[in-house]
Amino acid sequence: MSDAAIVHGHGDNPTHFAHQFETLEQQHDAGRLGMWVFLATEILFFGGMFMGYTVYRSLHPAAFAIGSHLLDWKFGGTNTAVLICSSLTMALAIRSAQTGKKKGTIIAWLILTMLLGATFLFLKFRYEWYHDYIEHTVPGFGFHYRPEWGAHAPQVQMFMCFYFFMTGLHALHMIVGIGILLVLTWMAARGRFTSQYYAPLEISGLYWHFVDIVWIFLFPLLYLAGGLYSR
Amino acid sequence: MSTTATVENLPSSSAEPQVNYLNARYGVRSWLLTLDHKRIGLLYLGTITLMFVVGGIAATLMRLNLIEPQGALVEPETYNKLFSTHGIVMVFFFLVPSIPATLGNFLIPLMIGARDVAFPKLNLMSWYIFVTGCVLMLYVVCTGGVDTGWTFYPPYSSSYAHTDVFLAAMAIFIAGFSSILTGMNFVVTIHKMRAPGMTWFRLPLFIWSLYATSIIFVLGTPVIAITLLLLGVERLLHVGIFDPALGGDPLLFQHMFWFYSHPAVYIMVLPSMGVISELITAFSRKRIFGYSFVAFSSLAIAVISFLVWGHHMFVSGQSVYAGLVFSVLSFLVAIPSAVKVFNWTATLYKGSISYEAPMLYALGFIGLFTIGGLTGLFLASLSTDVHLNGTYFVVAHFHYVMVGGAVMAFMGGLHFWWPKITGRIYPDLWARFAALIIFVGFNLTFFPQFVLGYLGMPRRYAMYPAEFQALNVLSSAGASVLAVGYVIPLIYLFWSLKYGEVAGPNPWGAKGLEWTTQSPPLTENFLKTPIVTEEAYSYETAPEPEVVRV
Repeated sequence: MSDAAIVHGHGDNPTHFAHQFETLEQQHDAGRLGMWVFLATEILFFGGMFMGYTVYRSLHPAAFAIGSHLLDWKFGGTNTAVLICSSLTMALAIRSAQTGKKKGTIIAWLILTMLLGATFLFLKFRYEWYHDYIEHTVPGFGFHYRPEWGAHAPQVQMFMCFYFFMTGLHALHMIVGIGILLVLTWMAARGRFTSQYYAPLEISGLYWHFVDIVWIFLFPLLYLAGGLYSR
Repeated sequence: MSTTATVENLPSSSAEPQVNYLNARYGVRSWLLTLDHKRIGLLYLGTITLMFVVGGIAATLMRLNLIEPQGALVEPETYNKLFSTHGIVMVFFFLVPSIPATLGNFLIPLMIGARDVAFPKLNLMSWYIFVTGCVLMLYVVCTGGVDTGWTFYPPYSSSYAHTDVFLAAMAIFIAGFSSILTGMNFVVTIHKMRAPGMTWFRLPLFIWSLYATSIIFVLGTPVIAITLLLLGVERLLHVGIFDPALGGDPLLFQHMFWFYSHPAVYIMVLPSMGVISELITAFSRKRIFGYSFVAFSSLAIAVISFLVWGHHMFVSGQSVYAGLVFSVLSFLVAIPSAVKVFNWTATLYKGSISYEAPMLYALGFIGLFTIGGLTGLFLASLSTDVHLNGTYFVVAHFHYVMVGGAVMAFMGGLHFWWPKITGRIYPDLWARFAALIIFVGFNLTFFPQFVLGYLGMPRRYAMYPAEFQALNVLSSAGASVLAVGYVIPLIYLFWSLKYGEVAGPNPWGAKGLEWTTQSPPLTENFLKTPIVTEEAYSYETAPEPEVVRV
C-alpha cells in the first residue's frame, strides 16, 4: 500500500473540507445533524428552567401575576417583533447564498441580522434591566419587598429571579449568536460561500432561529402571565 | 472477506520502525494540540486515572475512620467532606467519562471504519473543558472541600453548608459540557461516519451501547447543568429557589437532580455492558446470542432510565400515586438489563471459553452486576424501600453496579484493548492475579454493607453503634485488598509500555474492524477505508489467537 493512501482525503480538497470525511456532502450532513443534536441539548437546558417556572407558577399564581405586572409588555412586544424580523433576515442571508447572489448581498443580510440582534439587547439592557435596577426589582441587587405584595413578596422575588435567569441566559445566547454572525460575515467577505457551499450559514441559521423560538415562549410566559389579574 | 480487509490494512512489510499514532509526532505540543481521537482518548485516560486516585484516597480515609465505632481518624465534619468528595469525584469526574471518553473515543472510529470522529476539534475542546472542571474540583478539595454529599440537596447545600458549594457545583457544571460535546460527537459520528457496508445491524454492540449513552449525555446533562446553576444563583444571591426558608421548594431540586442523576447511572453502566458484549464473544469465540435484542435493550434502558427518577424520592414526601408509577417503571428497567445478562450467558453456552484476564473481569461483571441489579429491585419496591432507604444497603447496591459493574468492565476493556492502544501485551499472570484480587476485595468490602444496611446502619455517618463493628472492620479490610488490586494494574500496565511483549494486529483472534489494522494503529486508522461484508461477531471466520494460553 502506497503512502499516498494514508493521506487520503487531504489531497487537492478545498480548505473547508475536513480530512475525516469522504465527501463534502457527508461533512455537510454531519454538521447539520450535529447542530440538531446540540439544539436538543439546548431544549433540555432551557426546559429545566421552564419546568421550574411552571411548577412555581402553579403553586403561586397570584405572586407570579404581580411579578408579571412589574414588566412592561410594550418592550417585550417590540423585542418580539425585532427578533422575528431578524429570523427573516437570517433566512434571506442563507437564501442569497443558496441562489448564488453576490457576496455583498449575503453580507448585507448578515449585518442587518446582527443590527436587529443588537437592537434587541439594547432595548433589554438599557430600558428594561436598568429600569428594574432603579426600581429595586433585581433579586440579589437591592431587591425591595413592597408592602402591597403582602405575603406574596418572597414568591414575587422568585418570579423576578426566573425572569432574570431566563432572559439572561437567552441574552447570552443572543450574544454568542452575534459572535457567530461576525465570523460568518468575515467568511462571506472572503468569498467563501457559493451556491454549492453554504453549510456554515445554514447551520448557524438553525441556531439563530432556535434562540428566536425560545423568546417566543419566554415573552407570553413572563410578560403576559398576569393578564387575567387586575393591576 | 475479513481476511482481505486484514491484508489490505496491514503494512506490506514489518520493517522497523513502524509508524503509528504514538510515534507519528513527538513532544508535549503534539499531544496538547492533537486532534487524533486516539490521543484524546489517552489524554482522558490520564485525567480520569488521576481523579480516580483522588476519589480513592477519600474512600480509603472513610473506611479507615469506620474501623472504630467512635471514628478512628477524623472529625465528623471532615468525614462529611470525605464522603462528599468521594462521591462527586468518582461519579462526575471518573465514572461518567470513564468508558465513553477513553475507550469510546479510541474505539468508535476504529470500530466503524472511520478516520476520526465527526468533529475532532470539538473532541479536543471537550477534553479541555473536562480538565477545567477537574482543576476547579481539585481546587475545592484542596481549599476545604464540600460537605453536602454528592447530591447537593437543599437546604444542606443552601442554608447549612459552610463550604464552597458554589465552586463545586460550577466544577460539575463545566465538566457537564464536556459530556454534552462528547455525546453530540458520538451521535453524529455513529450516524454519518460508518464505513461502506457497516449497516446499523452490523455495528459492534459496544457502538450501540455508546449510542444509547450519548443520547443520555445529550438529553440528561443539560438538566443537571441548569439545576446546579439555579442552586449556585440561590446560594450566591440568597434568593429563594429551592430553599424552603427563602420560599422555594426543595422537592423540585430533588426531581430535577434525579432527572439527570438516575439516567447517569446508565451512562456509567451502558458502556460497560457494551464492553462485556465484546469480551464475552471474543473469549467464547461465538456470535452473540440475540444480537438485536442486546442492541435494542441498550436503547430501551436509555429511554426507560428517564422515567424512573422518582424511586430516589419514595420517602421524600412525593405523592403516593407518583411513587406507585415510579416503582412500576423501575421494575420495567430490569427487563432489558436481564435480557442482556441472559444473552451473555447464552452466548457462553457451548462456546470455547478461555480465561484471559479481560474475560475474568467480564465474568466478574456478570455476577456482580446481577447482584447489584437484583438488590435494586428491593429498593424499587415501595414498602421495602421505607426500611432500606438511606442505609448501607443502598450504598452496597449502587457500588455493586458502579464498581462491580462499571469499574470491572472498564478494567476488562482496558486490558482487552491494551495491545491495540499501546502495541504491547500486559503481563498475563499479574493481570489474572489482579483481576482475582479485585473480585475478592470488592466482595469483601461491599457484601457486609448489605447486611449492615439491612440491620439498619444509616449511611453518611462518621460513627455507629458498637454492635456493627465486626462487619465494618470486614468491609474496611476488603477495601484495602481492593486498593492493592487497583495498584497492581497501575504498575504493570506502565511497565508493559516498555517491557511488555510486542502485540500483533490481532492478539486475541477477535472480530471487529479495530483488529484488522496494525497495533498501535496509524494516525489515519486504516490504510484504506474498509468495506464491511459480514455481521459483527462472525467468529466462524475469525483468525486464530496469536497468544494461546491454557
